[in-house]
Amino acid sequence: MLDKNGIAKRIAKEVQDGYYVNLGIGIPTLVANYVRNDIEVEFQSENGVLGMGPFPFEGEEDADVINAGKQTITTLPGASFFDSSMSFSMIRGKHVDLTILGAMEVAENGDIANWKIPGKMVKGMGGAMDLVASAENIIVAMMHTNRAGASKLLKRCSLPLTGVGCVKKIVTNLAVLEITEQGFKLLERAPGVTVDQIKEATEGHLIVEGAIPEMQI
Amino acid sequence: MISKKVANVQDALQGVSDNMTFMFGGFGLSGIPENAIAELVRLGVKGLKCISNNAGVDDFGLGLLLQGKQIDKMTSSYVGENDEFERQMLSGELEVELIPQGTLAERCRAAQSGFPAVYTPAGYGTEVAEGKETREFDGKMYVLEYAFKADFAFVKAWKGDEAGNLVFKGTARNFNPNMCGAAKITVAEVEELVPVGSLDPNQIHIPGIFVQRIFHGERYEKRIEQRTVRQRD
Repeated sequence: MLDKNGIAKRIAKEVQDGYYVNLGIGIPTLVANYVRNDIEVEFQSENGVLGMGPFPFEGEEDADVINAGKQTITTLPGASFFDSSMSFSMIRGKHVDLTILGAMEVAENGDIANWKIPGKMVKGMGGAMDLVASAENIIVAMMHTNRAGASKLLKRCSLPLTGVGCVKKIVTNLAVLEITEQGFKLLERAPGVTVDQIKEATEGHLIVEGAIPEMQI
Repeated sequence: MISKKVANVQDALQGVSDNMTFMFGGFGLSGIPENAIAELVRLGVKGLKCISNNAGVDDFGLGLLLQGKQIDKMTSSYVGENDEFERQMLSGELEVELIPQGTLAERCRAAQSGFPAVYTPAGYGTEVAEGKETREFDGKMYVLEYAFKADFAFVKAWKGDEAGNLVFKGTARNFNPNMCGAAKITVAEVEELVPVGSLDPNQIHIPGIFVQRIFHGERYEKRIEQRTVRQRD
């Protein structure tokens, strides 16, 4: 079974040379730490920066240079700043190659819910609805089950949707799965996790074909 | 040169009154018009409808207007990190319209640019699209979103000149340029008000035509919401 950093490490393998990548808040932010350093990748943050670098050294924080999680950041050579409209032109216009974001629920048809729990939590969708409505390549990073142990991979989402039929791939603490017309197709198992454990933790339709390899991280 | 310069924040906010609709630039606490907000608190105008990506934190940014119960409605994309906001929203004192961040930007830009509405794919099939017109283009569904209508846009830039030309810094740019010219009156506050002619015309982000009033902001706290650092090796 993987921890959050393990999930991020596995997702980092999906990042290819020449990609512009938008990372969501939470586990997705960790992905930047594990991308191979022999490839060229630029990270976009929807508040208006392309070419994000690591966090600043203490004493070098700039209130005018933050990421979408409102954390202080730095920029790398070749970086650019722009306004919100242009930022979402990059996103809706399909100029960003890969979007990695978290989710509360994903359905077997690719629907995603991650912005609202009616009556409990209403923080807003931020840029998530724009990202999922437009990106061709969306990977969800999340735990396979919630804190109560209930599956987050469902037949149908129970929470208000962020987007419909948009998720392509999911990496959880237990598995890598692909969304197909028939449901969740199991691609890889996390180290030490059995197919039965994954079946147990998946409420939606799980497709298991042949031997399922263990993730190489 | 047509001068947009006003002496101070009091002059810049001439004409604001109860029940108006205001736009505020900023993302989180970065690039917010701190001086205009402080003056609105002092004036005590109420019944405000505010368009802003976020709602500040409890004791800063638009949180200051929420504390004084000056806001009736917020249109935003993300409103976490603010307990007073949550309390007023759940008790029904505050009306809240949550919309996708890109839609917020484009509804500003539409107002700025003379478009009555725009089609966006964001939110299609979700509760955000409920009751809105939808249309198919090339096999994909889009939602019709209307341009905002606002009385004042309050924006903050790094540098500006008397002609109203603006230059922004870093990610403090965010929604500020999109809101310039998107309301009946755009009020720009700047950290540095420089002499006309000293800004390179090639480097101006917003031409002065979009700005009606410009003033030098006397005080900027520029609070950092999530101070995140790495250790030196």
